[in-house]
Amino acid sequence: MKFGIVVFPGSNCDVDCYHAAKEVLGQPTEYVWHQEQDLSRFDCLVIPGGFSYGDYLRCGAIARFSPAMEAIARESERGKLVLGICNGFQILLESGLLPGAMLRNNHLQFRCEERHLRLENNRTPFTNLGEVGQVLRIPIAHAEGNYFIDENGLAELKRHNQIAFRYCDEQGRITPESNPNGSIENIAGITNRRGNILGMMPHPERAAEAILGCTDGKLVWVSILKWWGDIHA
Amino acid sequence: MWRAKIFVTLREGVLDPQGQAVRSGLMSQGFKAVSDVRIGKYMEVTVEATSIDEVSAMVRAMCERLLANPVMEDYHFILEEVQ
Repeated sequence: MKFGIVVFPGSNCDVDCYHAAKEVLGQPTEYVWHQEQDLSRFDCLVIPGGFSYGDYLRCGAIARFSPAMEAIARESERGKLVLGICNGFQILLESGLLPGAMLRNNHLQFRCEERHLRLENNRTPFTNLGEVGQVLRIPIAHAEGNYFIDENGLAELKRHNQIAFRYCDEQGRITPESNPNGSIENIAGITNRRGNILGMMPHPERAAEAILGCTDGKLVWVSILKWWGDIHA
Repeated sequence: MWRAKIFVTLREGVLDPQGQAVRSGLMSQGFKAVSDVRIGKYMEVTVEATSIDEVSAMVRAMCERLLANPVMEDYHFILEEVQ
C-alpha cells in the first residue's frame, strides 16, 4: 500500500506521519510537495498537521487552492483514502471535502495534551479494527479545533454515521469537561459520507509507538492497512 | 482603480470567544454599558476595473471563494474609487 504525505510550506507533522507510514506500518511512503498535480500513484494521502501558509486568513484557507489539493479531490472521488490530521482536517474543511468549519478554541488557548476519544464508528477504513465505544488516548495540539456545523449539517452527519471520534473522559463518557475546545457535541473527527476521507484534530501519528508513551493511535494506521489488504485480498 | 473595504464577521449565532474576552475586559475597565462585542476582520483590496458593477461582482466572488468562509462567516463591503 503506497502512502503519500503532502507537504505545504508550514507543515510540521509531515515527518511524524512519514515515520508512522514508513516505519510503523512498513509501507512504501513518499513526501509530496504541494505543487504536485498527479497523485494517482498513491493509495492513501495524508495531509499532516502544522501551520500551512502560516494559518493566514483562516487555518487551511490558502492551502486548499494548491495543486495537490485538487489532485486529492480527484483521487478521493476515485475511492482513494485521504487522512487529514489537525491542520490537515482544517484544510479538508476549507476545501469542502468535509462539511463544517473550525473556530478558535472556546477558551482561546492553544492546547497540547493527551485526550481521550470515543470511537463512534468502526465501519470506516480508518477505524475498522476498533470497537464502537472503545476509548483511545491520543494527543491534541491546536488553537483552532472548535468544530462548528449548523443544525442541519449536524443532523446530516449523524444520519450518515459520519462522526468517527468524540472527546470523552477516561470511562468513555461524553461530558462538557472532556471537551478541550468547545467542539459541537464533542466532535473530534468526521468522515465524508462515502467514508474514504477522515479528518481528525488529535494526532494518531504521535501515539503510534511505545517509545512515544502510547500506542492507541496505531489503531488508525493499522486499520488503513487492514482495509486495503481486505479489498486487495 | 477601486478600493474595496471588506468586513468579515462571524455569522449571527456563532459563538465568538474573542469577543467575549474583550467584552469582559471592557466591563472590568468600567464600561458597564457594553452588552456585546463581536470581533471580525477588515481587509482593503485595491483592484482595476472599469465600472462599479464589475468591481462589485469581482469582490463578491473573492469573498465567496476565499476571503470569507460561508459556513461560519458573513461579509459586506464598501467600494471607493481611488486615483
